[in-house]
Amino acid sequence: MTTAVVRASRAMRRPVRSRALKPWYRNGTLVAGLVIVGLLVLVALLAPLLTPYDPIAQDLEHALASPSGAHWLGTDKYGRDVLTRLMYGARIDLRVGFLAVLIPFVVGSVLGALAGYFGGWFDTVVMRVVDVFFAFPFYVLVIVLVFVLGAGESSIYLAIATVSWVSYAKILRGELLVAKKQDWVIAARLGGMSHGRILLRHIAPNVLSQALIYAMSDIVMDIMAIVTLGYLGLGIAPPTAEWGSMILDGQEFITTQWQQATIPGLAVVVTSLGLSFLGDGLSDLLTPERRR
Amino acid sequence: MLDRLRFVPGRLLQAIPVLFGVTLIVFFMVHLLPGNPAVAILGQTATPERVAALSKQLGLDQPLWDQYLLFMKHLFQGNLGTSITYQRPVSELVFQDFPITLSLLLFALVLSLAISVPLAALAATAPGRGRDLGVRAFTLLGQGMPQFWVGIMLILLLAVKAGLFPVGGYGETWGEHWYYLFLPALTLAIAMCPTVIRSLRASTINVLGSDYVGTARSKGAAGAGLFRLHVLRNAAIPTVSIVGVNLGYLIGGTLVIEKVFAVPGLGSLMINAILARDFPTIQAVALFVALFVIVIGILTDVVYTAIDPRVDLSSKEFA
Amino acid sequence: MIPESGAPLLRVQDLTIGIRRPGGRSVAIVEDVSFDVDPGQRLGIVGESGSGKSLTLRAVAGLLPRGVEVLSGRVEFAGRDLLTMPAKDRRALMGPQIAMIFQEPMTALNPVMRVGDQIAEGPRRHLGMSAKEAGELAVSMMARTGIPDPARRAKAYPHELSGGLRQRIMIAMAVSCGPRLLLCDEPTTALDVTVQLQVLKLLEKLCDDTGASLVFVTHDLAVVNQTCSELAVMYAGHIVEAGRVKDTFRQPRHPYTRGLLESAPDFDRPERELIPIPGFPPNVADRPSGCPFAPRCGYVRDHCTEAVPPLEEVLPGRLAACYESDRLVEVLA
Repeated sequence: MTTAVVRASRAMRRPVRSRALKPWYRNGTLVAGLVIVGLLVLVALLAPLLTPYDPIAQDLEHALASPSGAHWLGTDKYGRDVLTRLMYGARIDLRVGFLAVLIPFVVGSVLGALAGYFGGWFDTVVMRVVDVFFAFPFYVLVIVLVFVLGAGESSIYLAIATVSWVSYAKILRGELLVAKKQDWVIAARLGGMSHGRILLRHIAPNVLSQALIYAMSDIVMDIMAIVTLGYLGLGIAPPTAEWGSMILDGQEFITTQWQQATIPGLAVVVTSLGLSFLGDGLSDLLTPERRR
Repeated sequence: MLDRLRFVPGRLLQAIPVLFGVTLIVFFMVHLLPGNPAVAILGQTATPERVAALSKQLGLDQPLWDQYLLFMKHLFQGNLGTSITYQRPVSELVFQDFPITLSLLLFALVLSLAISVPLAALAATAPGRGRDLGVRAFTLLGQGMPQFWVGIMLILLLAVKAGLFPVGGYGETWGEHWYYLFLPALTLAIAMCPTVIRSLRASTINVLGSDYVGTARSKGAAGAGLFRLHVLRNAAIPTVSIVGVNLGYLIGGTLVIEKVFAVPGLGSLMINAILARDFPTIQAVALFVALFVIVIGILTDVVYTAIDPRVDLSSKEFA
Repeated sequence: MIPESGAPLLRVQDLTIGIRRPGGRSVAIVEDVSFDVDPGQRLGIVGESGSGKSLTLRAVAGLLPRGVEVLSGRVEFAGRDLLTMPAKDRRALMGPQIAMIFQEPMTALNPVMRVGDQIAEGPRRHLGMSAKEAGELAVSMMARTGIPDPARRAKAYPHELSGGLRQRIMIAMAVSCGPRLLLCDEPTTALDVTVQLQVLKLLEKLCDDTGASLVFVTHDLAVVNQTCSELAVMYAGHIVEAGRVKDTFRQPRHPYTRGLLESAPDFDRPERELIPIPGFPPNVADRPSGCPFAPRCGYVRDHCTEAVPPLEEVLPGRLAACYESDRLVEVLA
């Protein structure tokens, strides 16, 4: 393959550098997102340093205490400090949320990209499978799977992975259907460039940005799912602090200690907002021409 | 319009292989549990004889593939199995609970439209200004709130503090049903709103800038008349398909909401079956829900065809 | 425009349209445009894309796009100031008194509404007709505009009709309430040439029958020649020449008009060489001070770039905005 073709095809494809109209730090949404998420991650990481209490140690004498100087958000029915559990809960929910996205992202993107690029029977098969999964409401499948696999962290990863890879597959397939028709791809193929090289070195950087942006909203969805599973008693096993199970515990005492059910939910809201801002900011950065 | 609905039978036929796939997933998901399901039901302390008896009763001693074929055979006969917990045919349970879930969904849809349409119109008629930003903030918040938590908050505010609505349950009379369903429907509606508002707002802005709205204005149309005749239907078109896509996701949300509000619909049936390890019920309800989602998908396309006279999904381009 | 007799139906005075910016830095797209239209008169407004001709029309109709507004000037219809009138009153005029016909019938018709209903909408709203009456009126309007089998066609949707038919629908819609003033924004540009002539003749006939006035915006000189008795030539937001069509085409008094005529093909004289106007029209943001056409003008002198030449009567009934107008006395054969 001649170097001229390589140079030409390189010249024809769009650069991956940020095409934003202004630098990233001037993008208000992005900065807001980074700040919020950054703070949350910080709190999660430094939780043991930030609080003197143990999130799972019971202290029944002081159960169901109202907010006070000693316990800023009060205590739950086992006497555990709510604020501490909130912070430790962040560790669980954030970590699981981020990790749960990885496998679907990789598996779904690869399958979708290959289906879109090569087409043919592989594409048809993959799309049929995607259709089947789409017929299932997300939560039904996740709940049933977690039940089947037993409660616990790895089940959550497996369940979510099984269900959410399809969205990435669809996105990447769509992107590749368009990308493979681009002039520079055709030129590269004519010049003898291998499929592998085209896909990995040239198409991937351009096309992954859409999947990346979707991944941000997917993290939000996964955190929602984890928290919901926790609420249903199907998620991370107690007594580990987790926002969903905290809400479940708190619902019992909605009339007296309503903050127990409310505050963890607010934590989820703040997390989602931060991640949404991050996703929107990223979207502006990576694809400024596709205005929302 | 009837001739444009030609696509429906074809779509139903296409649904069959998908449903087959669904039955495979549902069946093998439940039956690939490590260990003997009978043991899981009876508990670790059960005697081997009881386990064997239950296994035989449930047909668990057959090869897996035979079990699947039996399952499918029963399915074609309309037999969805017998619930272990309730000792009744699952089909009965489904038929009993489905109308409740359906009412909840419809109520939620109506409420969500009642909230979203005015808000979207408010936002779209003044893009970039105060009320638009307010609506978009509402949308952003709505997307960040876990559905079940919204339900709990509504219970806290409207049932516990204000005492306006019941905390949960379903009520006795027909009128009471709707009263009891209001909060859960509102919760679902709030979950639906962000998506609907976003889409409707964008398409309304589009429509308001279109040439035909200009024509309508040149005929002196304005305000409510303009909206009713020209804007609403055109703006609804892209939103219908988006709502259709999201409806599936929402049905999953119903599951959880029914638990929060103790509404005796399919969702509660499913969740309780899961917690009680009632395999036949889990299988059947999952299958039924998948079928429901597919039907909703087809219905969405029908509505889409009805609203937009230009659409012809039966034409070959869409194959 | 010198009115012929009596009061003009439409009087536009010193109309300036643009984008309002704080601190007096508004950007004008159309500047100091003035013209009159008498009852029954047919005025063509000619110019390239970007000359501001469409915006002028839209300002009269009250249909300026978001962000663009009238910065100064008056628009009077039958003696009433349209710009200061309450919105409700102005809307009441749109349909029964003033109607507009748009360029692209495909996008200018509501895609989800039957065409008959769209025609009937005006009469129902303004003339208080019932659905049935308005429906019958719509069918008769469609017949008047030459649509075959109108009763059946009234039930059709826009996408089911051809471009020519759609434009006839637009025309039927516009005249349905019997307006006195028809504003046409390039109604034939999007049509096949053969259909164009039919539509033009239709418009002329309707105006003759009802005595309505016509303001016809176009870039096509042949169309103006065919349909209008008077014309105004716009360039870069200004009217640069105005007068009777025949006289102006025979002996233009502004270099831009002359340039337009010389660059337009003439079927009667196919051997004539086409002379394009060098350069491009200026961007709205950087219009030159002085005469806007000066950078491209073959007659330019120093004083042309100092101040915008005013639109003045250079001959009876002929207006031109050019300091050098007297030098353009050659008659174009």
